[in-house]
Amino acid sequence: MNTIEYFKERFDQIQSENGSNGLGSLRQAAFNAFSKMGIPTVKHEEWKYTRISGAFNKEYKFPVNRMVNHLSEDDLKAIRLPGSEQANELVFVNGIFSFPLSVIPSAELIVLPLQEASSNEYKDIVVKHLGHSSNYLKDGINALNTAFVQDGIFIHVKKGQVTQHPVYIYNITDARSDNIFSQPRSLLHISENAQVQLVETYATIGLGESFTNQVMEIIVEKDAMVEYYKIQNDAGHTNQVSSTHIRQIGKSYIHTVVISLNGGIVRNNLNVVLEAEHCEAHLYGLYFPMGQTHIDNHTVVDNVKPNCLSNELYKGILNDNASAVFNGKIFVQPNAQKTNAYQSNKNILLSNSASVNTKPQLEIFADDVKCSHGCTVGRLNEEGLFYLRSRGISEKIAKSLLVHAFAIDILEHIKPEPIRMYVDRLISERLEFNIT
Amino acid sequence: MKTEIYTPERNVVDDDRTTIERTILSDYKYGFVTDIQADEAPMGLNEDTIRFISAKKNEPQWMLEWRLKAYRHWCTLAGEEPTWANVKYPPINFQDIIYYSAPKNKTNSKSLEEIDPELRRTFEKLGISLNEQKRLSGVAVDIVVDSVSIGTTFKEQLAELGIIFCSMTEAIQEHPELVKKYLSSVVPITDNYFAALNSAVFTDGSFCYIPKGVRCPMELSTYFRINAENTGQFERTLIVAEEGSYVSYLEGCTAPMRDENQLHAAVVELIALDNAEIKYSTVQNWYPGDKEGKGGIYNFVTKRGICKGNNSKISWTQVETGSAITWKYPSVILKGDNSVGEFYSVAVTNNYQQADTGTKMLHLGKNTKSRIVSKGISAGFSNNSYRGLVHVSKNAANARNFSQCDSLLLGDKCGAHTFPYIEVKNNTAVVEHEATTSKIGEDQIFYCNQRGIDTETAVALIINGFAKEVMNQLPMEFAVEAQKLLAISLEGSVG
Repeated sequence: MNTIEYFKERFDQIQSENGSNGLGSLRQAAFNAFSKMGIPTVKHEEWKYTRISGAFNKEYKFPVNRMVNHLSEDDLKAIRLPGSEQANELVFVNGIFSFPLSVIPSAELIVLPLQEASSNEYKDIVVKHLGHSSNYLKDGINALNTAFVQDGIFIHVKKGQVTQHPVYIYNITDARSDNIFSQPRSLLHISENAQVQLVETYATIGLGESFTNQVMEIIVEKDAMVEYYKIQNDAGHTNQVSSTHIRQIGKSYIHTVVISLNGGIVRNNLNVVLEAEHCEAHLYGLYFPMGQTHIDNHTVVDNVKPNCLSNELYKGILNDNASAVFNGKIFVQPNAQKTNAYQSNKNILLSNSASVNTKPQLEIFADDVKCSHGCTVGRLNEEGLFYLRSRGISEKIAKSLLVHAFAIDILEHIKPEPIRMYVDRLISERLEFNIT
Repeated sequence: MKTEIYTPERNVVDDDRTTIERTILSDYKYGFVTDIQADEAPMGLNEDTIRFISAKKNEPQWMLEWRLKAYRHWCTLAGEEPTWANVKYPPINFQDIIYYSAPKNKTNSKSLEEIDPELRRTFEKLGISLNEQKRLSGVAVDIVVDSVSIGTTFKEQLAELGIIFCSMTEAIQEHPELVKKYLSSVVPITDNYFAALNSAVFTDGSFCYIPKGVRCPMELSTYFRINAENTGQFERTLIVAEEGSYVSYLEGCTAPMRDENQLHAAVVELIALDNAEIKYSTVQNWYPGDKEGKGGIYNFVTKRGICKGNNSKISWTQVETGSAITWKYPSVILKGDNSVGEFYSVAVTNNYQQADTGTKMLHLGKNTKSRIVSKGISAGFSNNSYRGLVHVSKNAANARNFSQCDSLLLGDKCGAHTFPYIEVKNNTAVVEHEATTSKIGEDQIFYCNQRGIDTETAVALIINGFAKEVMNQLPMEFAVEAQKLLAISLEGSVG
């Protein structure tokens, strides 16, 4: 069956079951938008270098709401990130949030199904913010997620609370018996004066094909601080589109680090909208694909109000036949005077058949601003290599040293120590075995 | 060359107006209409129009067929006008344009003295008196009004060296083998919407051929002017530099002030063979429209050069101050090994002008180098975009690119945009891109004021400094002109 027809059938089924609830109209609108826009092709400017349509030609199973999960403790064990014993753990299986598998020791954290939050005391927040990402992600894929939003969750960090334990979010796909198309969805609301550390990762169990289409919307209130870490190291037969949409609606601070190491096609959309004065946003990213992996990072920093600061640094290391895309957009809206926005993208090509397409883009409508962007593509510094070689260090070690040093710039921005060590280990292992 | 014509003419304004407003109000100097009788094709575009143009120009059959092929291709594109550029304009009605307009009194004037006196006065107003030019500056000029070339200077002297510099019409008649060989070899007729249109209806342009080992002793120059109403200008320029030759080519453009928009869709092709070098400079000052954004020229141009031979070099320099909309990407295909491509640009937009301009550097050969320096200045309600592509193909070992694009914003109603595309498929390549956006610092102005330099002069000074890297690339004769042009457009634009 044609994938789009299949989606339609699923959608109609769910809509007929509970289309009348609070999210029904939002979903209908999103599905209409999806039907109109379809799956983006390479003719779509935002998808110029990433051919996602191929991934939709396969047959996927679409998890039905509250499908029984067969995950055992052992399955989880292999997926858990270090430091998990000290963390809040939120587990999505095939895109559906699993309460039994999740552990939430922090009392300042409230986790509810979106369906429920849209009708209780959080209704106003949900109605106001859910789906805002579609203003920035104008393609069928984002709309498709919203069309099935009823399985998502709502996470609320209470006012004035500092979340003691980091929040680990696992997006697990159980593809042991079927090809799975999963669509995790979440809306996070970080209240005034609250603080939280979010760590997100992805894992696929089994050898079936999987496609994850995730949308996460994070609303940051006044004086809040959010750290967000994303670690992508899934198997090569998995594809994912992962959209993170951050709205800073009060003067606040965000810090994000995206580490992309493995997968089939990995597409990250990271949007940061600075909607209040004196907001600060720091965006870091490291992509280190090998084999046939394709990693695409699209970021948007939209400066709406004056006196904001944003700083962005993405670094890429490409080996084998890997390819990568970086597209960074900075918008400075007409009255966002005194904006400081910086962006930089640096790439190293380690192999002859790796390729990179980068597009750092500025769109500026205010004059009293300081904005700059830069990007470089090159290979390992030969003088550096020579220096190390002349001191008796083998070529292989010399190369890994240089690559590691290049990556450190990003790694040092991962603040929780167990996670930093973990990523560092992944990279070191990769350098040890794969650099020639 | 007369330079006083470039002194900015200021409107008398109230004292409390800022210098910005005053200079933004300065008028377009070249907006006069010359009353010359023109010989025109009927309005509209169909195969008959093309046959008419071709017949008017007494073209051989192959040329007509080539045009018709382009026209038929263009028809298949109907309604697919490119929309990706960051510019907005109402759809163009291609049937509302006169595709051929020639000054009537032109009877293949052999010497410049025979040119219609009215026309000569036009050029005197433009500051390019043909005779004066000839005597003083030693620049050979080809002049194209509306659709046809009306005179080329210095032809004999160039011919002695074997250089061919003539109008396209003449080239088709007299050097068909060269035209046939190179025309559309860089910009195929199917390249894009406006290139196809141009191929179908182009009426004239310059042709230039530099034989092997010859260094062209003087600057070659073409001056374009749209005069008649409702006309579109479609010119075609072709420059071929044989092995080891060198040529520097200049191009200037102006148009009268009219309320409606006029279309200018040119195609320029450059071919550099082994060890050859072509330097192409443009000072584009088409009528930009009035202060409300009414009228002005749509400048949709396809310019591309190919470094076909090893060690060849192509360098584009452009100063873009005019046109309501500019849509232009002078590109270089670096095919030969060790070839070099350069792009230097200053684009100024004011009032409601829109510019989407940049370059493409396609690295195909080994050890190829390219350099991009783009300076955008926006004022008023204008939008100025840099759009560039650096592509390093798989076999382009040791390719090197450096790009720099800086934007300067004067006022808070304008926009500056940067869309650089960087595609690298070879790991020995080194590609760097950097861009900044800023305004003129108050401290810089203060520094100048403190030393007795008034704000207006200070701004002119700073802008000239900002654009200097590009201005330095212009040939002497143009550099002076271009600097004055910049001053007119923008000096004092900081409040």
